[in-house]
Amino acid sequence: MPEETNAQPESDESVPPAEPKAAHLPLDKAIETQADLSAEINSLGEAYRRALKDGAQPETQPRLDYPPYRSSILRHPTKSLHHTDPETIELYSPAFGHQDVHALESDLTIQHNGEPQGERIIVAGRVLDGDGRPVAGQLVEIWQANASGRYIHKRDQHPAPIDPNFTGIGRCITGPDGSYRFTTIKPGAYPWKNHLNAWRPAHIHFSLFGTEFTQRIITQMYFPGDQLFPLDPIYQTIVDQDARDRLVASYDHSLTEPEWALGYNWDIVLTGAKRTWTENEALGADGDDDNE
Amino acid sequence: MSNSTKLVPTPGQTVGPFYGYALPYEKDNELLAPGSPGSIRLQGTVYDGAGQTIPDAILEIWQPDSEGNVVQRTGSLVRDGYTFTGWGRGAVGNSGVYTFTTVNPGPTKSVPGKAAAAPFISVAVFARGLTNRLFTRIYLPENEEALASDPLLSSLDPERRKTLIARRDPDGGLTWDIRLQGEGETVFLDFQ
Repeated sequence: MPEETNAQPESDESVPPAEPKAAHLPLDKAIETQADLSAEINSLGEAYRRALKDGAQPETQPRLDYPPYRSSILRHPTKSLHHTDPETIELYSPAFGHQDVHALESDLTIQHNGEPQGERIIVAGRVLDGDGRPVAGQLVEIWQANASGRYIHKRDQHPAPIDPNFTGIGRCITGPDGSYRFTTIKPGAYPWKNHLNAWRPAHIHFSLFGTEFTQRIITQMYFPGDQLFPLDPIYQTIVDQDARDRLVASYDHSLTEPEWALGYNWDIVLTGAKRTWTENEALGADGDDDNE
Repeated sequence: MSNSTKLVPTPGQTVGPFYGYALPYEKDNELLAPGSPGSIRLQGTVYDGAGQTIPDAILEIWQPDSEGNVVQRTGSLVRDGYTFTGWGRGAVGNSGVYTFTTVNPGPTKSVPGKAAAAPFISVAVFARGLTNRLFTRIYLPENEEALASDPLLSSLDPERRKTLIARRDPDGGLTWDIRLQGEGETVFLDFQ
């Protein structure tokens, strides 16, 4: 039986302490630099591109075993995932509705008395299944750092300011066409301790449900043109460029609102549904449970 | 369904370290109130490949009610204390232990032409360092016959099969541990 420990979680993803003079250099161990990590990332990328050229199937999901993301080393299964057909409960999804989520929860800029600092943005898109059907009436949850790259989380202690007017949590229920829309603040990049001078590209965490529990996914949305993409071991857990691109929102001027906020569009595609749908489901529920 | 119409799914990403202020909510792990008739405690510990407990994993369970009905009721996020919705979320504590209050899932109706499946709880596992969510199942330890004829369990060798079957606790609850890697590695599922 492994010894239980109440010790603090490993600090490889926590960030340097907030003291102004905090040495951002851990002195007690050999320091892995970005160059070391980039060499590993590039070598895995090269090997993948060679395999593709030799006819391998494109990979569409992140690798569970991706050593440059150091905290994955002891946390990935070593045996292949066991293929099975989804059964009974797995062919359904939990139901969420307006009892669960208030309409105002989709605006992350109105949760406090004042306006949060930063660049106000609108992030909107649709949730679709693998057959292109809208995922209607389902829960979307997001969380993110503030404009300075700081999370409201006790483990984020890096010396960037907390914004008293920004928590960084939002929820909504998708519309009949699978649409979602959040108003928020563009998050900043933030430093972490995977290696020396490791910075995560700005991102928003997204949590999504489909019409079947097998479609459950948590992912991260990124912003176009981020210079940190090639350096980030988490973004690079997806070795296929086309697949990585699917996590990057597009700037969309039609979503931008005059003198108010820039708009970004990001559609999410879940895996295909396996259950045979009833006609009502295929038409899309309206996400409201008032008629039950 | 033809493959030509398929869209390529969006990739997953790790839940990261900072979900703690976002995903958990009040009574998230109480599918019904602790102590209410028929309620049981489902608990376990999440371990990494070195046998160390993982303090930053979060689990979701999704299950039929005790009669085997798939529940399609809203209200999981704002629980009224009476409606069993079948879904819950539970972050592990510092010692890697998770807890849910739920019911024993009943056997769901079998699909014609297929062997009856033994009752199980569907589980999604998220953790810092886990690059994508993992799916697995928790089977009840009783009814050996149903377990023996279960399509998934019968396709696994006995050592691996054990990782999906909970232990029954003296208080009537269930204990089921997750090992992400190494000896006794939990069977994780691929539905595609």
